[in-house]
Amino acid sequence: METLRQAWMLVATGDAALLQIIGLSLRVSLWATLIAAVIGIPLGAALATWRVPFSGVLVVLSTSMMALPPVVVGLIVYLSLSRAGPLGDWGLLFTPSAMIIAQTILILPIILALTREAVLPLRRDYDMLLRSMDAGPILRLRTLIWDARYGVMTAILAGVGRAMAEVGAVLIVGGNIDGLTRVMTTTIALETSRGNLELALALGLILILIAIGVNAAIHLIGRFGRRYEVTR
Amino acid sequence: MAPVLRFEGVAVRAGGKTLLGPVTCRLDSPGITAVMGPNGAGKSLFLSAAHGVLDDLAGRVTWDDTDATHSRKSRGFMFQATPVLRRSVWGNIAFALSGQRLAKDDRAARITRALADARLDADPRKPAAALSGGERKRLDLARALVTDPRVLILDEPAANLDPAATAAFEDSLRRISGRGVKILFSTHDIGQAKRLADDILFIDGGQLIEQKTADTFFSKPVSGPAERFLKGLL
Repeated sequence: METLRQAWMLVATGDAALLQIIGLSLRVSLWATLIAAVIGIPLGAALATWRVPFSGVLVVLSTSMMALPPVVVGLIVYLSLSRAGPLGDWGLLFTPSAMIIAQTILILPIILALTREAVLPLRRDYDMLLRSMDAGPILRLRTLIWDARYGVMTAILAGVGRAMAEVGAVLIVGGNIDGLTRVMTTTIALETSRGNLELALALGLILILIAIGVNAAIHLIGRFGRRYEVTR
Repeated sequence: MAPVLRFEGVAVRAGGKTLLGPVTCRLDSPGITAVMGPNGAGKSLFLSAAHGVLDDLAGRVTWDDTDATHSRKSRGFMFQATPVLRRSVWGNIAFALSGQRLAKDDRAARITRALADARLDADPRKPAAALSGGERKRLDLARALVTDPRVLILDEPAANLDPAATAAFEDSLRRISGRGVKILFSTHDIGQAKRLADDILFIDGGQLIEQKTADTFFSKPVSGPAERFLKGLL
């Protein structure tokens, strides 16, 4: 109980170290989500819209990659960014940028697959209308993404949730360096092993709040979006 | 001058079966043309071919000597099963203007006029999914009208409408036609064709059997299938 009280005090007083860790967590996760969304949303919508050669393979690949173990992604990014690796010259290992790269790879398949699922049910109905209007490919994609926007927002939030909760990949490529690459999840792992439970618990509380916030947002968006769904 | 529609040896085949054609015809009459025939005759395929939205089509369809696939933007098309976008009523109609450079006021004025022409008085801000079946038909009509098309193609526009809604819909079509818009619509409702159409294209088994003015067709059908259809036997 005493640990919980102290943890709450850390949150309530806005402890500087705590805020710094939360800030970095948010920065890394949101950048990763942004990059993954910019790539994944159009790609997911395109996969739902057009039959391209190997589209089946691409779909299976992206769905399987949703289950990628974060430590494996961390390892691959580590090997690529390490001094001897192909991207070693970039000097990114153990920086927030490396963490963003790893998390982008982790959540890209999630955003891509969920966007594809959100767009698929619209395709048939919209195809007739878009063809009758002689719509080009850009208008077609823009329309499908916009009209599947509630599903796409859910995909983005699922990406944020996964990025925020992830620990293995950022630990490997970030190195958990104090003041530089230490984020919420890696701090919890470290501080728990050190027996410093107040800070670990305080961060845990914040993570739970973020998870609840993200899921509440997904729920609300879904409810709002259903008003526009057509029943036949 | 009314736009000229030409079918030159147009045929649609699928799974080894010929679903439509080969059809060769020329339609240059103004006013309202009804494409008639029993269920499964090929009316929808004929209209889709006329609008240039079919992929696997043999032959050539032109409007004023321009290939139908290249002139879709100059026509409005209304579907038998109305596709409703996941947007508001307003958003659904505005969508048909995508890609057109219009001032905001002009855009709004055109949408308001299309709503009035189609007699859709639902709150334009509400989700289109909340409209009734009849309102969705009128939404589709408004969406087809908002681009100021020269030709309006409608596939069974009054199917599933009650008599009052049908009468209102037919009245809208008469007024639109009165403004010089060529209307081509399919129906298997003989009464509706008599009320609306100036001329008739009668299709059966994928073949164009008769092309007549409405008066001639209804008083003196020459083909066996048309005669049986009008007697309610087909």
